[in-house]
Amino acid sequence: MPYQTDFLLRAYRSMKTIREFEERCVKEFEGGNVPGFTHVSNGQEAIAVAACIDLSDKDIIGSTHRGHGHCIAKGCDVGGMMKEIMGRSTGLCKGKGGSMHIADIDKGMLGANAIVGGGPPLVNGAALAAKTLGTKNIALSFNGDGSANQGTVFEAMNLAVVLKLPHVFVYENNGYAEGTAANYGLGCESLTVRNAGFGMPAECVDGTDFFATYEALKIATERARNGEGPTAIEAMCVRFDGHFIGDPQLYRGKDEVKLARKNQDCLKIFRDRVIAEGWLKAADMNAIDKEVMVDIEKAVADALAAPHPDPATDLMSDVYCTY
Amino acid sequence: MTTHSNNRIITGKTSIKTYREAINDALREEMRRDPTVIILGEEVSGGAGGNGQDDAYGGVFGVTKGLQPEFGRGRVIDTPISEAAIIGAAAGAANNGLRPVAELMFFDFIGVSFDQIFNQAAKFRYMFGGKSKTPMVIRGTVGGGWRAGAQHSSMLHSIVTHIAGLKVVMPSNAYDAKGLMVQAIRDDDPVIFLEHKIMYDNACEVPDEQYAIPFGEAAFPRQGTDVTIVAISNMVTRAIEAADILAKEGISCDVIDPRTVSPLDHEAILESVEVTGRLVIVDEGNPRCGLASDISAIVAERGFYSLKAPIRMVTAPHTPVPFAPELEDAYIPSVEKVLAAVRDVLGG
Ligand SMILES: Cc1ncc(C[n+]2csc(CCOP(=O)(O)OP(=O)(O)O)c2C)c(N)n1
Ligand SMILES: [Mg+2]
Repeated sequence: MPYQTDFLLRAYRSMKTIREFEERCVKEFEGGNVPGFTHVSNGQEAIAVAACIDLSDKDIIGSTHRGHGHCIAKGCDVGGMMKEIMGRSTGLCKGKGGSMHIADIDKGMLGANAIVGGGPPLVNGAALAAKTLGTKNIALSFNGDGSANQGTVFEAMNLAVVLKLPHVFVYENNGYAEGTAANYGLGCESLTVRNAGFGMPAECVDGTDFFATYEALKIATERARNGEGPTAIEAMCVRFDGHFIGDPQLYRGKDEVKLARKNQDCLKIFRDRVIAEGWLKAADMNAIDKEVMVDIEKAVADALAAPHPDPATDLMSDVYCTY
Repeated sequence: MTTHSNNRIITGKTSIKTYREAINDALREEMRRDPTVIILGEEVSGGAGGNGQDDAYGGVFGVTKGLQPEFGRGRVIDTPISEAAIIGAAAGAANNGLRPVAELMFFDFIGVSFDQIFNQAAKFRYMFGGKSKTPMVIRGTVGGGWRAGAQHSSMLHSIVTHIAGLKVVMPSNAYDAKGLMVQAIRDDDPVIFLEHKIMYDNACEVPDEQYAIPFGEAAFPRQGTDVTIVAISNMVTRAIEAADILAKEGISCDVIDPRTVSPLDHEAILESVEVTGRLVIVDEGNPRCGLASDISAIVAERGFYSLKAPIRMVTAPHTPVPFAPELEDAYIPSVEKVLAAVRDVLGG
């Protein structure tokens, strides 16, 4: 068996946790418990988990506006996340950040980012620190098919090559940037060919296939750890929900999401594969499903019961200059 | 024809229009009138390259909805996520015969494109000895209230107001939004047009025909003699609310809405302070080096002998915008804070 049972169970648990967390976020949003703009990543779980499962807390990731999955895959506490998303004072960022700004520095989660293309230059910095300090830690940035067109990302890729930084660029190509199709926004035939043009190894994988994605990322992270510089992995995937929760998604084809949920569900694909290979038993995964549901239920119940921030003390804290 | 005290000149047929519809009207009519007017930005139409509905968004707040079906993708251009390239293309096109209206969606995204705005577009006319014209408009939503968090809620008007060569427009209602947008498009300088995202559904009477509101002319939504309240953008709504409460107590407030913060109608403010001797400035931006401190400085320098009390600024605190609703509500200047400031300058 090419994978340890424990590894497979961890991967499954993490993907399932993301799925249930996101679908519950949608429900809580619809129930009026989640303020603001919330972008969920259900459908894309395999990539987040494949990218983060071998990373330590000292390896750094930079995320995007669609960051819940990355946080969970990197080990952030779902309770602290749900509280943050609901704007509670015991949330991971004391309710000051919200869904688009979850960070957990202790877990090596540098932050979700509401500025498209804001992350990769910062992740270069984390990679530069690791390289300079000789820690052997690596850094990994999540990017989208849309953020690929941001100048900051181009600059970050080139700098990573020039400085040979331990930075893995992961592109989650879900076919859309808001309502604009990737085949419109990306002027190139292939994002991977463009990525290679920066002078780094670049590969395109099926992001709904956990194993294909994991294998490509394993090589990329090893290269980074060995001081061989950056790699770009483009993972093709499907976004099961709108750009944001509540998006009417008028720009999508009629049965597009329905078909994707049926045929391109990375969790189903994982389950079918591990059962067919005889690597895991359905019963083990069903048991995990139950545990995950309990975890999510508890995260939501705790978040709903958590205290709200107090403007008298919390508005003016964590800032060096009060005026 | 009637001229309201708030400088509204109403002629011909009118309709009740939202802030969103008023801007849409201005854009549509100017595009019909002048084939050199184009729109570019992310999701200004939406659905590019997809299998679904065309014009799926019409801007994330629906402000440009319906324009692409009428004018085509050649004039209503959906772009990749590349703000520096969007603003640069608009500035370069403006130098070469077009009148682009570029959208930055959330004005917080100015960060990514700032060089093209402040080093490039803003400086061309002066730096090239008056030989270059840059008739472009940059639209963006500003402000809090949407629980959109620190990177989607900023009030960055003071940053652009600081830059010589830019004009900065901040309509507080649908009537002004339409007239100012028409002027912005016809203007030969780069204009930053800041729409407060909380106001898109606010409606008022708006003439159906096109009209341009000249820049640098304040409006006076309430007139009074006891205290001057200068407010901008969505804060005008709160200043009016405060003035109406105070009116019932016999305190008469002169509410001034500069409408454009660059150029700024200094004279209107100074003339009002000459009468009232008391000034409260309400601004949702951060306090340091901001519009409120700028207006205070102007009045302190040129209207000092009219003042009977220290100037009061009601602004956001000097922090980024918080996410949690309780914190964000405490962050944005409230009617209560305006009332307290007015009472304070009256010695109460
Ligand atoms: C600088 C900047 N420009 C635009 C936006 C608005 N915006 C947020 S997400 C998004 C689309 C991003 O697409 P992609 O990178 O493919 O990520 P996905 O949403 O598909 O995960 C856009 C345009 C933003 N937040 N920041
Ligand atoms: Mg995408």
